[in-house]
Amino acid sequence: MRRRRTFARAAKRVATSSPMYALLVASAAFILFPLYMTVVDSLQPLAKLLTYPPDFWPDSPQWSNYRAAMTDIPMPRYMLNSLVMAGVITAGQVTTSALAAYAFAFMRFPLRTPLFFVFLSTMMVPWEVSIIPNFQTIQRLDWIDTYQGLTVPFLATAFGTFLLRQHFLTLPRELKDAADIDGYGNLKFLLFVVVPLSRAALATLAVFSFLQAWNQYLWPLLVTNDPDMRTVQIGIAALQAEEVQRTNVVLAGTIIALVPMLLLVIVFQRFLVRGLTAGAVKG
Amino acid sequence: MIGEPSAAPVATPAERRRRRRGARGATELIAAAPFLLPSLVLFGAFVFYPLVRSIYLGFHATDPFGRREIWVGIEQYQDVLTSPDFVHSLLVTGQFTLYTVIPATAIGLYLALLAYQRLPGIIVFRTIFSSTVASSVAVSSVMFLLLLNPGVGVLNYLIDRTGGPTVSWLTDPTWALPAVAMTTVWMNLGFATIVILAGLQNIPEELYEAARADGASPLDEFLHVTLPGISPTLLFVSVVGVIFAFQSFGQIHILTRGGPLDSTNVIVYSIYQEAFLHYNIGLASAQAVVLFVIVLLLTLVQFAAAQRWVFYR
Repeated sequence: MRRRRTFARAAKRVATSSPMYALLVASAAFILFPLYMTVVDSLQPLAKLLTYPPDFWPDSPQWSNYRAAMTDIPMPRYMLNSLVMAGVITAGQVTTSALAAYAFAFMRFPLRTPLFFVFLSTMMVPWEVSIIPNFQTIQRLDWIDTYQGLTVPFLATAFGTFLLRQHFLTLPRELKDAADIDGYGNLKFLLFVVVPLSRAALATLAVFSFLQAWNQYLWPLLVTNDPDMRTVQIGIAALQAEEVQRTNVVLAGTIIALVPMLLLVIVFQRFLVRGLTAGAVKG
Repeated sequence: MIGEPSAAPVATPAERRRRRRGARGATELIAAAPFLLPSLVLFGAFVFYPLVRSIYLGFHATDPFGRREIWVGIEQYQDVLTSPDFVHSLLVTGQFTLYTVIPATAIGLYLALLAYQRLPGIIVFRTIFSSTVASSVAVSSVMFLLLLNPGVGVLNYLIDRTGGPTVSWLTDPTWALPAVAMTTVWMNLGFATIVILAGLQNIPEELYEAARADGASPLDEFLHVTLPGISPTLLFVSVVGVIFAFQSFGQIHILTRGGPLDSTNVIVYSIYQEAFLHYNIGLASAQAVVLFVIVLLLTLVQFAAAQRWVFYR
């Protein structure tokens, strides 16, 4: 009964605001158009890609392009590389940030404030400024074409430390007092009390780190020469130039590279929004 | 806000107190070290050392193999700042900034206002409007490469259908930068929309109620409640957009390689070219340091402005 009334009310609101919906749908179509066209072209036979006028609908969708992307071009290898890279970076960033944030939020030690500023100051150095010496370091360590080379420079993040510290500071101080009485050491307190109470903040950081790592371009381009070590981003960009005879397959690969991140963004939207706006709220 | 005052001093002579505090400080520092060192070591190796090293390299010239370093002093920085190529690259970056930040902020604001409506199913539109945040620079560029194709691309087709003159988007020096900017705007729209929408949601409902009670029209509401309410957010989005623009690389590398005729040779692409294609490590480092100073100034402007805006709100 009640549900029916809410439904009726909703229907009425939909009807009265139909111009608004028209605007929403038009805007959504505008935003999705590049993605839509890529999907259409990824389902075309190659000959159809080169004809004018362009098709807005695949007459006979060629799903085999997607199979070809997984067999004829090394998409599975690229995906694996990206997964390992993004996974290691995410795990590393969450760990180092949680440790440092814990020290800044719960421990008392000399130079705490200056050290916190040292952390924050790293946010002012754009990564692009340090690529030359960092590339030389990785070269000297003989880490070109390795997962270490792809991940180690990114295992710490001031943004993550800041984000987690803000959350840790909202936890009641009494927890720490109780833990002290129970004889919990710092690490035990962090692992068994702070972490379970901070799952949302940790998830925010994890989603953010994973998305950023997966989508990286400049650094993987520099430190991978071996096609087997390419990440998915470098892979599709390179294939797009190399495999002109298989553009449709490369486009299918592009969609395959995008879909996991699209799902991540949709499923964890709430966390992502919190991460992206962390800077905005503080100014 | 950050440090709390240390424990109340014990009533003992100053000398002994200081010594005891020093001893306790050392113990505390040893306890905190395992928590801080992982991050600090990584920052030292991959942020601070490279920064210092870049400045150092900027004072040196390198042979074409990038091996020998010869001290040339401040001269190289002067050369960079006065070289027509670098100045050109700065101008291109500036233009690129204008072409990306203004549209992305404006369209982001429009989309956020649309998505802010309380309507059934609005969550679907919110998701769609923020979805481009998932698209990497490589994915976005490959997608737009297709749309921008001068012969069979959809963009020229639509222009042709509406009777306009078609354009060789990525090979015409006049249009290459706007075309790369278009790709970038699309890619950044998700971020802009998410942040501006969050800003809108932070405006207290009572302000709107008060405005309505005073008989404000929707336009009044927008001008006197919404706009002042989200101006700090808009500022944040634009400054972050400017910083993004100064760091852009992937879309240039995939779409134009800095060409045609250097018309899209933005600063990071120029650094990449000098360092990794021409092996001019010293010159590229000097350029990187200039980039650092620019981004640092922009960040400081953002902090100062944000403080002000938040204060006056």
